[in-house]
Amino acid sequence: MKQRIVISGRGGQGVLFVTRLLAEAGLALGMDVLTSETHGMAMRGGTVISHVKVGGFKSPLIRRGSADMGLFLTLSDITIHGDFVNTAGYRVVNTNLSGEYLFVDATTEAREMGSLLVTNLVLLGYAIAHRTLFCDAMVMKKVIEKISNNRNRELNLVGFQRGLELKGGQQ
Amino acid sequence: MEQRILLGNEAIGRGLVESGCTLIASYPGTPASEILESAVVFAKESRAKIHTEWSVNEKIAYEVALGHSYTGKRSAVAMKQVGLNVAADPFMRSAYLGVKGGLVVIVADDPGPHSSQTEQDSRYFAQFARIPVFDPSDPAEAKVMIERALDLSETYELPVMVRPTTRVCHARQNVQCRAPQEIYRKAEFKKNPGRWVATPQFLTTLHRELNDKVDIIGSLKNFLPFLTKGKGALAEYCIVSSGVAYANTYEILDELGFLGKVDFFKVDLPYPLNRDFIQKVNTEYKKILVFEETYPVIEMQFANQSICGRISKDVPDYGELTPEIIESILRKFLPAPVPEKQEAKEIKGVRPSLCPGCPHRASFYAIRQTFPKGIFPSDIGCYTLGMNFGAVDTCHCMGACISQGAGLYHAYAADGPDYPTIVVTIGDSTFFHAGIPALVNAVFTKARFILVILDNSTTAMTGNQPTPQVGIMADGCAGNTVFIPDLVKASGVKFLRQADPYDLPVFKNLLAEADRFCRKDDGGVAVIIAKHPCIMNGQARKQQVVYRIQVNEECNGCKVCLKRFECPSLVFDENKKKVFIDQNSCIGCGVCPSVCPAGAITAEKMEVET
Ligand code: SF4
Ligand code: SF4
Repeated sequence: MKQRIVISGRGGQGVLFVTRLLAEAGLALGMDVLTSETHGMAMRGGTVISHVKVGGFKSPLIRRGSADMGLFLTLSDITIHGDFVNTAGYRVVNTNLSGEYLFVDATTEAREMGSLLVTNLVLLGYAIAHRTLFCDAMVMKKVIEKISNNRNRELNLVGFQRGLELKGGQQ
Repeated sequence: MEQRILLGNEAIGRGLVESGCTLIASYPGTPASEILESAVVFAKESRAKIHTEWSVNEKIAYEVALGHSYTGKRSAVAMKQVGLNVAADPFMRSAYLGVKGGLVVIVADDPGPHSSQTEQDSRYFAQFARIPVFDPSDPAEAKVMIERALDLSETYELPVMVRPTTRVCHARQNVQCRAPQEIYRKAEFKKNPGRWVATPQFLTTLHRELNDKVDIIGSLKNFLPFLTKGKGALAEYCIVSSGVAYANTYEILDELGFLGKVDFFKVDLPYPLNRDFIQKVNTEYKKILVFEETYPVIEMQFANQSICGRISKDVPDYGELTPEIIESILRKFLPAPVPEKQEAKEIKGVRPSLCPGCPHRASFYAIRQTFPKGIFPSDIGCYTLGMNFGAVDTCHCMGACISQGAGLYHAYAADGPDYPTIVVTIGDSTFFHAGIPALVNAVFTKARFILVILDNSTTAMTGNQPTPQVGIMADGCAGNTVFIPDLVKASGVKFLRQADPYDLPVFKNLLAEADRFCRKDDGGVAVIIAKHPCIMNGQARKQQVVYRIQVNEECNGCKVCLKRFECPSLVFDENKKKVFIDQNSCIGCGVCPSVCPAGAITAEKMEVET
């Protein structure tokens, strides 16, 4: 299997952490992985995008219109990076507003759990439960356990679990 | 052998540890910062004894590595492309004098540029110095090339450059890792004044020897570019590429159905370009296309007018070669189907901004308020974002702000005593890097301006590396602390004050006092150290007083706080025409209440939980 994924959000929302999780999940499944990330100035609250390619690619970059799926950590990222995803691809958005995408209000869920820091994991869990990604929940849980730091491990797993169980809205 | 997911810079750091380097020096700068950090981690993990250091600047890092190599030990220095401008002096001469233990010079380029002040091509710099340069196309290859570069360096006693670009540095990939090589060498500096002192009389010989080495390397079979052979009708065509442009081209050729139909060369060593290869390409092909970033280094060495590339402008002669650009050029060059015209519209995202509660914001606000007509030279770091609210008028290169401030002063002062107040802002790390000689010069030449050193006790922009004043070295051990006030005083400055910019009224008063000093008969450069830790520093944050901030009915929607202060936690409610606080991101620094002219923002000290 091959999959091209973009993850879009603001600096500080945990885009890089999700990128790492997906890369490690690819490795756990024995797939070749390539990602591309935004570092530097833009991480100070600017709009950032990560590219993840699993299953034998050469280039780390994804062209507009050729991603198979996109994870969007705020609704406004759809207007900026939504066109990376091809017409048949999945777009999974953190929002409470319905539209032509799968959506879930991950921010509210995360706030209820006491930490906005897990918004990204709620969204990831939701995306995996809806079979939009190359890996399943079991693999991802192991990866979260492996690369989370001790302080956040429990919370990350709980956030991810919450995402898995949420119903959200349809595309 | 074990597979790991590594960032390009981590793969490079890993490569340095695996190939037995015993000293790695660097100065942080995007996209190179994680190289040293990861080397520290891998060294600890494998108990390899390596001296790692964040040097004060790149020139120093280079010279430290050079000295270490003179003893026969393997050394590395890592920096971003503009860092090599700073290190140009030792770099150029090291080609003539050479090295003993392998010396790999890692210079990360930033085509685009994404976070740099130029998009210069360091391979060009390598060619200028006559130093061989590798151009990796992905993280796994970058790691292999580190080892190849060290071997080459040791064989020819020449520094060797590895030049990754942002897209390699900040790519992640599954990479093969092995245990570090144990190379135990005793330090042994063999005196040789004709070489290590090399007065002008020795240099023609050294220059000739350097040229000979480069000629030999340019004829080595193991650097013949790798060919993906094309079968079919396109015998006259070939594509030559290196770096990440190769990776992009490979994938697009595959998608367009041309992989294996046209001869496609991958260059690992763009300089010196293999001579047999140059000959072959120039004689066997009629249609030649070169993709490389960012300058035409390979293209130039062909010295062939008919090549399609950056010189002929078939490839744009500036900018990153994104897959989109490569695709459109390939479609023109090859007999490929005409593209469906589908111009991608780029929508600008949210621009970056200083963090909520960033102490720099308070400093900039105070400066703007105190001197509405001032001129504000500044420098490189998070604080460049002060331009968002009109408190940064220039940003050039590391440390330039102080001397530019002096130049501006001399220009205005020559026209009369009524010169505008010039407030120069520089970060603590930038001050150490290149600010000290500039300050000595400004004091000595009687310039008059206010220098605000934004001391947040870190190198924030690049991921919070410690400065000499923090006193912690790259490996986490304590160093000998060097204090900024001592350096300022030793530079001959007669006005030095320190304050916390969070306390706006006090800070504004200090600025006014500094201006009076500058204009006194015996005035000069006035220095204010704006001291408050970066809010990304968790430990310092814990000791900070926290306020509960609210906006009351008095808010009249004037937006002064948004325009002049621009804290991301202050948000305008379009319906109510009032500002509210985004409690999710507000850190409760308590500065904004004194910004609101209507007094609508209130602060209430929170009880500290113990
Ligand atoms: S990281 Fe530190 S210095 Fe940079 S914007 Fe944030 S608070 Fe300011
Ligand atoms: S207290 Fe005011 S200035 Fe400080 S972070 Fe909160 S909104 Fe921003």
